[in-house]
Amino acid sequence: MENPPLKSLYQELILEHYRRPRNKADLPDRTVEVLMTNPVCGDEVVLQLKIEGDEIRTARFAGQGCSISQASVSMMITLLEGRKLADADGLAARFTRMMHGDESAAGDRALGDLRALQGVSKFPVRIKCALLGFDALLEALKQSGYTSAIRSEWDEAGTAP
Amino acid sequence: MSLSATVPSRATLATPTFDPAVLRQDFPILDQEVNSRALVYLDNAATTQKPASVLAALESYYRRDNANVHRGIHELSRRATVAYEDARARVGRFVGAADPAEVIFTRGTTESINLMAWSWGLDVLREGDEILLTEMEHHSNIVPWQLVAQRTGATLRWLEIDDQGLLELDALPKLLSQRTRLVSLTHVSNVLGTVNPVADIVRTVRERSDALVLVDGAQAVPHLPVDVRALGCDAYAFSGHKMCGPTGIGVLWARRALLDSMPPFQGGGEMIRVVEREGSTWADLPHKFEAGTPNIAGAIGLGAAVDYLERVGMAAIARHEHELLTYALDHLPEVPGFRGLGPDQVDLRSGVISFTLGDAHPHDISTILDSEGIAVRAGHHCAQLVMRHLGLPATTRASLYFYNTTEDVDRMVAALHVVKEIFG
Repeated sequence: MENPPLKSLYQELILEHYRRPRNKADLPDRTVEVLMTNPVCGDEVVLQLKIEGDEIRTARFAGQGCSISQASVSMMITLLEGRKLADADGLAARFTRMMHGDESAAGDRALGDLRALQGVSKFPVRIKCALLGFDALLEALKQSGYTSAIRSEWDEAGTAP
Repeated sequence: MSLSATVPSRATLATPTFDPAVLRQDFPILDQEVNSRALVYLDNAATTQKPASVLAALESYYRRDNANVHRGIHELSRRATVAYEDARARVGRFVGAADPAEVIFTRGTTESINLMAWSWGLDVLREGDEILLTEMEHHSNIVPWQLVAQRTGATLRWLEIDDQGLLELDALPKLLSQRTRLVSLTHVSNVLGTVNPVADIVRTVRERSDALVLVDGAQAVPHLPVDVRALGCDAYAFSGHKMCGPTGIGVLWARRALLDSMPPFQGGGEMIRVVEREGSTWADLPHKFEAGTPNIAGAIGLGAAVDYLERVGMAAIARHEHELLTYALDHLPEVPGFRGLGPDQVDLRSGVISFTLGDAHPHDISTILDSEGIAVRAGHHCAQLVMRHLGLPATTRASLYFYNTTEDVDRMVAALHVVKEIFG
């Protein structure tokens, strides 16, 4: 069996976000707050959004967990502010496709720093870690009355997660 | 009829010296590469690997003797019944039971504790009664009692742990009274490796109350010589798969008088004497608690596992694991940032090593170790009360068994240096 490349998993950009997460702060005038946990490992993300109309104005988070889950939410959060809800939903869809091995999604500049997480797709047991922040985002959109265009993770992956 | 394993075991050669490098040849699964490295299996507190003799016993049963037990008059049913009951007797002797009828086969420790909770607990507990648990318990020795306490109005009380992960035994007498109906505690902590002084605790309980003592032995029976009567407890639960046996088989041992006083746990075939429209009467022990077709192959596999462990010798196993734990605790701190949890005194613990390593999260540590071919566990280990006491969301846990070697520990130390390279 080939040794999955650790270096591609633990890129410097990921470790940098893990050590210095962006927008990790409380958002007093939030319109929605979602706590998402992975019961298997105890990782957690609290996502706070201020949504006005169909746009995310401000995004902040709190959380604790592994480098992949925390870097992923930090990278995600930098892309959310000023984004339409449909765009945010589309971002979640593209990132999920990348996690399930779609290399064209990995070349998508719209994913910003999140592209550094492409290596996670080679570590199936860690994909859930990378998706934790997006799970929180999709739940926040749902609670804000937005219907996601993503049907389910199964449809995205073509197989059971 | 021959139900015994046909594959010769190195352990049967009865070499006077205990050599894990030789014993591990009895375990086919250990001879493989994971991520291009020779497998180092250090997740034994989760489940242990199976020797060829156990695999052979399972296959032999299904190939030649498979039939339902205690039902048929035919030859295969007779063989299956003899093998199943023979396994019960062997497992009972292994832990010092007075009588095979005191050995109830279950799915595992969790079901054994649930049997006590739903049969004894629901029948006996009343409002105002107290159940004393410890902060060190696995969720399987907490949640069943919470559920039964909700139904009965009984109250849970807690014996705390100190910063070393030892029970605060000074507080025990004050927690006991005539209201205490049950003390349920683990023999060995699955997170900290702490070996609790069960016999001493039982003596204190007897002095202060009429409470029953139930012991979770899931992490003890595989690693230490256990004699349930010497411990003095009333009931003792353990799992087959953590002691070289198959998954899906475990044991509840309890004193005969206690089991006789308890109502059935589940109803069905095998557990009845006479069924009439108005009601039924129960079969004798142990069948009263074994409704439905049991895990026959699992029991036979567990019997073979007990044979294997007896050939290796539980005292030798405990000694080797103690030496290997001492070696590991000497060398792991060489890795900068390594912080081991659990008692400082090696004599007070079993081969479980929970640790943190600087800022590296246990999942990242576990992924990096896996990429080096090393299997460990990361997470809360189904013991969130312990984690909360430690102030940690998760730890990494390496857990030893008799087939582990100093080379395994050296590989882990080297892999933890790789973690440090990545996480600084």
